Amino acid sequence: MTSELFLQYLFAGITYGSIYAIVAIGFNIIYNTTGIINFAQGEFVMLGGMLSISLHTFLPLPLAIAIAVIITMIIGALIEIIFIRWLESPSVLRMIIITIGISILIREAALHVWGEGVRSLPYFNGNEISSIRILSTNVSPQVLWVIGVCAVIVVLLSLFFKFTSLGQEMRACSSNRLAATLCGINTKNMVTLSFMLSAAIGALAGCVVSPITYTQYDSGTGLAIKGFTVAVLGGLGNSMAAVSAGLLLGIIEAFSIDIVPLAFQDAISISILLIILFVRPHGLFGSKEAAGLKEF
Amino acid sequence: MTLLDVKNVNKRFGGLQAVSDVSFTVDRGMIKAVIGPNGAGKTTLFNLISGNTPLNSGTISFNNKKIHGFKPYQVAQCGISRTFQNIKLFHDMTALENVMVGRHTKSRAGFMAGMFHLPFTWGEEKEIRHKCLELLELLEIRELADVEATSLSFGQQRAVEFARALASEPDLLLLDEPAAGLNIYETAEIARLISKIRSQGITVLLVEHDMSLVMDISDEIVVLSFGRKIAEDTPREIQQNKEVIQIYLGDDDVEN
Amino acid sequence: MKTQRFIPFFLLALVLAGLQFLTQITDTSYYLTQMTMTAYYSLVIIGLCLVMGYAGQISLGHAGFFAIGGYTSAVLTTYNLIHLLEKGNSFVLFLAGKGLLVNGENLYGESLLYVTPWLACILALVLTALIAFLIGIPVLKLKGHYLAMATMGFGIIIYRVVLAWEIMGEADGISDVPGFTLMPGITVNGDFSNRIQNYYIACTILLVAFILLQNLIHSRVGRALRAIHGSEEAADAMGVNTARYKLYTFVLSAVFAALAGIFLTHYNGGIGPSEAGIMKSVRYVAIVAIGGMASMWGTLIMASVLNFLSLRGLFGSYDDAVFGVILIIIMLFAPDGILRLHIWQRFKKFKTGK
Ligand SMILES: Nc1ncnc2c1ncn2[C@@H]1O[C@H](COP(=O)(O)OP(=O)(O)OP(=O)(O)O)[C@@H](O)[C@H]1O
Ligand SMILES: [Mg+2]
Repeated sequence: MTSELFLQYLFAGITYGSIYAIVAIGFNIIYNTTGIINFAQGEFVMLGGMLSISLHTFLPLPLAIAIAVIITMIIGALIEIIFIRWLESPSVLRMIIITIGISILIREAALHVWGEGVRSLPYFNGNEISSIRILSTNVSPQVLWVIGVCAVIVVLLSLFFKFTSLGQEMRACSSNRLAATLCGINTKNMVTLSFMLSAAIGALAGCVVSPITYTQYDSGTGLAIKGFTVAVLGGLGNSMAAVSAGLLLGIIEAFSIDIVPLAFQDAISISILLIILFVRPHGLFGSKEAAGLKEF
Repeated sequence: MTLLDVKNVNKRFGGLQAVSDVSFTVDRGMIKAVIGPNGAGKTTLFNLISGNTPLNSGTISFNNKKIHGFKPYQVAQCGISRTFQNIKLFHDMTALENVMVGRHTKSRAGFMAGMFHLPFTWGEEKEIRHKCLELLELLEIRELADVEATSLSFGQQRAVEFARALASEPDLLLLDEPAAGLNIYETAEIARLISKIRSQGITVLLVEHDMSLVMDISDEIVVLSFGRKIAEDTPREIQQNKEVIQIYLGDDDVEN
Repeated sequence: MKTQRFIPFFLLALVLAGLQFLTQITDTSYYLTQMTMTAYYSLVIIGLCLVMGYAGQISLGHAGFFAIGGYTSAVLTTYNLIHLLEKGNSFVLFLAGKGLLVNGENLYGESLLYVTPWLACILALVLTALIAFLIGIPVLKLKGHYLAMATMGFGIIIYRVVLAWEIMGEADGISDVPGFTLMPGITVNGDFSNRIQNYYIACTILLVAFILLQNLIHSRVGRALRAIHGSEEAADAMGVNTARYKLYTFVLSAVFAALAGIFLTHYNGGIGPSEAGIMKSVRYVAIVAIGGMASMWGTLIMASVLNFLSLRGLFGSYDDAVFGVILIIIMLFAPDGILRLHIWQRFKKFKTGK
């Protein structure tokens, strides 16, 4: 393998990996405050992409993206308020089925609004063929956009959780809901907030990646399963580990293109998911003891 | 005639030594109690015996056969039955059905036999039902047979769990706080029942906080504190054991 | 007591026959095609009901088992072995010698030689059982979200494989699957003249499977399965080998799904990748949920009604959306299924005079 090819694979891997990481962080944010795995997580990414594409027909790109993110955020809040907020200690099975139902609804709505066609946003800078020379290879500027935006999301989120009082309240909520309630934190609002946050970051990721991967009404499912793989790989609930796990999965995928036919690519990452679930359900980086305390 | 032999068992949860080098034996036909303050490791000890929690080191043998490392169902098949401190009944099933599950190890109809409703299962089902109704009778909850078990009162649920544990005709019965949450009449009733069970040849190992119950019915007592065994003796001796008194008085001081 | 047990099944058989009679007198026998397909889909769903409602384990990969059954049978009965025979392949000669191959002719008059549907059916069932067994051992150790994702992952893998594998016909699937002659004069195929016969074949299979499952859930094993659902820890402590029971249940329902896949493939004369799609699996789960999870009858009724309406195209292009909406509404307002809503409970109490 030439070093040029190597770098190209590496960048492709990091690009996809960053998106997986963002989806995984979306899973984690909701999981931490509610104990729910939101099966509609991938749909937020799709919605972000689709909405911004439609808005961009009459709005400048930055505005279109901003509004798309805000709309998706509102949809996230509505989902929580309509479907989840008022349920009293629902069983895991019930929550799984409800969020699956929601993902179907969003997908079908997207199908009826935008059709089956593949769409995409234009490149943020330049076009398909413009490139920047990095090290000894050429990289599309959009790749840098994706990596940059994802990095900024991760940094901002960790600052938010560490230093703002709202972020701290959310963390309190996730470590012990009852105690948080007793301290006067409105845990229900925290849950709504967690849905909004993960919807927003998903949508933003969906916008920046749209020029490269294109957006289709059903592109959420594949992303959801990959994001979940990453979340599990890093240990469910651990967002920082999810970043490393996301990059890892992205890079593995990119380098396996040589060996595995494209059609079986998804099968590869799902096989990784299955293997991880069987061998280390607490994740590559998580500890077994901590996982033992969690209700799976 | 040692029935259960627990030797040097250890269990750690992360940094916490929940059970620490505990050894004791239970002879056939006796009632033995395990007492100790909250968090002493009594339930953990039960979980180690019943296979619900894997042990870190030590040996447990039952009827001279090693049973540590067994899965819970294997331990049950050896003839050890248990109840849980926080009652674990099967929801969406009637009291009778709950008890009938307890008869699992004493019956054998498998998937094929069940699907094809093979003739041998007819008699077996009848026998299970009959035996379990008898047990409900014994526990005086016969009339609740067809009520959903988890909708019963606390005391009744305890009784159902008791019957379920007895249904397998165990050699050894593990009771985790059988009187917790019961009033004095119900507690006296439980005491009478445990003695009755022993008279049918079933060995009993129980955890209990109610001292009058423990002192009344048990032949021997093991005292645990912070995972260690600090005494093992007859009730009379235990009542005079300085260390034990100190633990319990110390405990009282804190509470008062 | 013993004969009483069979009254509901007898009534069910009467209803099924009555429906056929109804189509005859109203001259609507074109419904029979969808009714037959409905019966096969219902077979998958009652099998899944055992896993979900009784053993309490979710499976979002049952369309995968359906597809494994259907595709295996389709590949074996369409793969032309004539050239191998001409080349003198000893294995093919051996099969031919045992009478396990069938001669046929395609539309263009080429001669075909393929595995008999009986052998294909048995191989497909064995293969499905084997896969379910092997995948079930690790998967069923998982719970909740992990189990859901793992089974869904399995389903997606199967979907990707049938979509990408040349021998499976890729996006087109496999067509020209021959009929399956169960015994002389009884053939599973889509022939117009065979419609009534095929309806009864499908109903018989469904009815037999339903009776077997009903027997099972009212047996010692059924009780143990419900116990696992209620409290796995306590079931274990009562001597139930929970891992094995869950595994056997999983394999059994996978075999039911494969059986449905095999028969439907022969009936339709082909199978396509959409049968393996994740939406199919979700739909099966939805119907079990609507039927009330732990209710075989509820599941059977809902499976029949909803599948039939869907196959008739009643929901148009909103087919999947309708299932999504039903799924959410049921899970929000009637997690025990609509047949077990309070209204019905009250009605029941009223009836029994309590
Ligand atoms: N699964 C577990 N993981 C971590 N720690 C545990 C676990 N189970 C028990 N412990 C800890 O082990 C210690 C012993 O607990 P155990 O339940 O055995 O006490 P106990 O003697 O039964 O108390 P009680 O009288 O309150 O029932 C406690 O400190 C408890 O927190
Ligand atoms: Mg305890």
